[in-house]
Amino acid sequence: MLNYLVRRLLLAVPSILGISVILFTVLALAPGDPFSDLASDPSIPPSVAAALRAKFGLDDPVYLRYFHWLVAMLHGDWGFSFASRIDVSTLILGRLPTTLCVIGASQVLALMIAVPVGVYAGVRPYSFFDQAASSVALIGFSLPTFFTGLVLILVFSVDLHWLPMVYRTDIGGSGVPLAWTYIKQAIMPVAVLGLFQGAAWTRFVRASVLDVVRLDHVTTARAKGLPERVVILKHVVRNALIPVVTLVALQMPIVFGGAIITEQIFRVPGIGSLLISAILANDTPVIMGVTFVFACLVILFNLIADLLYGWLDPRISYR
Amino acid sequence: MAGSTPASPIAEAVHIVAAPARVRHESLGREAWRRFCRHRLALISCGILAVMVLVLIFGTLIWPVAINDIDFAAMTQGPTLAHPLGTDDLGQDLLARMIYGGRISLAVGIAAMLVAVFVGVFLGAVAGTARGSVDMALMWLCDLFLSLPQLPLLLLIIYLFQNTLRKLVGLEFGTFVLIVAVIGGFRWMSIARLVRAQFFSLREKEFVEAARALGASTLRQVLRHILPNALGPVIVAGTIEVANAIIAESTLSFLGLGFPPDIPSWGRILYDAKDYLDVAPHWALFSGGAIFLTVMAINYVGDGLRDALDPRRVIG
Repeated sequence: MLNYLVRRLLLAVPSILGISVILFTVLALAPGDPFSDLASDPSIPPSVAAALRAKFGLDDPVYLRYFHWLVAMLHGDWGFSFASRIDVSTLILGRLPTTLCVIGASQVLALMIAVPVGVYAGVRPYSFFDQAASSVALIGFSLPTFFTGLVLILVFSVDLHWLPMVYRTDIGGSGVPLAWTYIKQAIMPVAVLGLFQGAAWTRFVRASVLDVVRLDHVTTARAKGLPERVVILKHVVRNALIPVVTLVALQMPIVFGGAIITEQIFRVPGIGSLLISAILANDTPVIMGVTFVFACLVILFNLIADLLYGWLDPRISYR
Repeated sequence: MAGSTPASPIAEAVHIVAAPARVRHESLGREAWRRFCRHRLALISCGILAVMVLVLIFGTLIWPVAINDIDFAAMTQGPTLAHPLGTDDLGQDLLARMIYGGRISLAVGIAAMLVAVFVGVFLGAVAGTARGSVDMALMWLCDLFLSLPQLPLLLLIIYLFQNTLRKLVGLEFGTFVLIVAVIGGFRWMSIARLVRAQFFSLREKEFVEAARALGASTLRQVLRHILPNALGPVIVAGTIEVANAIIAESTLSFLGLGFPPDIPSWGRILYDAKDYLDVAPHWALFSGGAIFLTVMAINYVGDGLRDALDPRRVIG
């Protein structure tokens, strides 16, 4: 088990390096120079500008700059936010929990929808329930998250005044009322993300169950006289979830994209909205930091999916 | 028997019967069309898309209103006779803006799909033909791109490069090229994998072996024999890709990093509308609804094409 985990971790290292190379290339290819203002400023002599350039290593060869940047990133020295005047790492760490909570809750919601609906539809293919579920799922994942978000705001905040439009973290109070306020403001962002993912995953689960349910071992289980519930839960669902885990892991970049949009719509103070505000404020260190964090999160979730995969399918794991 | 299950449950199961003898006289294209027609929702979606494209192309002839005609007397009005879809916060006619925006959204969708399909087919074909270390390197690249956080990177690239490109080839065209290139450039992976898998199975088939035995060069084998047979799944994936690209463009515009306000794509209209939800809900509903309807219709067409182009499936 430990061996397997270590090997998976080692495999994640080249991915992180590859992503860091891509990020750095994008940044290095980008036009513009952080010191271009200095060069055009007549009050700064060219010698000072040149000394500054030399100090920050701007004229070094590309591979050397990449190496310096990578070492700094690994040391946790992610730079200094131009806009909010604090360290990028502090800024991101302060906002990360909110994002992870919203994403986590929405993924749980998505799984709670997708697995039962997908299994039920896959076990009874072409029934009325299956057709209805598939149609709703296709509609659900054709609805862009930004549109569902706006519609929910329109209905529940503007018309009905049931839920707050804006997500806040500075609410006073304590105990049950505070918890209730938090839950109330999280309902819409979580629902938007969760329903979209749930719709996409329902299709995966259904297709996967449809493939497994015809296999011989299921027929055998039925022939043994096992109750249908046991056959479905123990012999179908567990096997059907193996490919689903892979697909879910592949969907993680889309999930984070959806999180950025929902955070922006509901003004959730997570790293997604931080990214957008940093882009609009030309705050390059924050943009780089957040993008890198998103990349690491994707890899982390792929790692978790690998471990789950090993748990679901003992044939491939722990070798 | 994995192949005998229709990919979508919406096509009716009743029609899965043994193929009657007359099927043999039909060409592949006609048979595919007949299968496609079985998927009623796909057919309806095809009709919706056709109507939409016609409206977008000829709409300006019937509704020759300028998209930037500012009228402060008619701000954020609901639908009226003078403005069938209402007006925005500057009193600009929304129907005219929607027609213009639809052209942009569809053009971006199709162009980005073409970029993704071209890159994907090329890299997939190279990986599938070369095999060995080239294949390994390309698949590693594929996996790397799949694990990239796409939206943050899209935003980063657009933020970094938009001004240069706009200066280089003009505001409108520069934004278009940049958006198409980045969306297409981040979506080729699934197509490359599909094509590679198809190549691996097709190159071992008898007809390719026969071509090889007759002395056909590798290029000829690929272009004349393997590629045409590998295109079915690519067409399906490409159709869905148009929908994905439309959503991606709308997302960028919705976050304020796509098209500028004087080039109203559907996503941009929705972005402008989101601050007026309480006074002008029609504004957001029409633009968002148009995106939704288009994407759903394209997804249904893709679903129908999957049923029609899967040659393993036997339908009467």
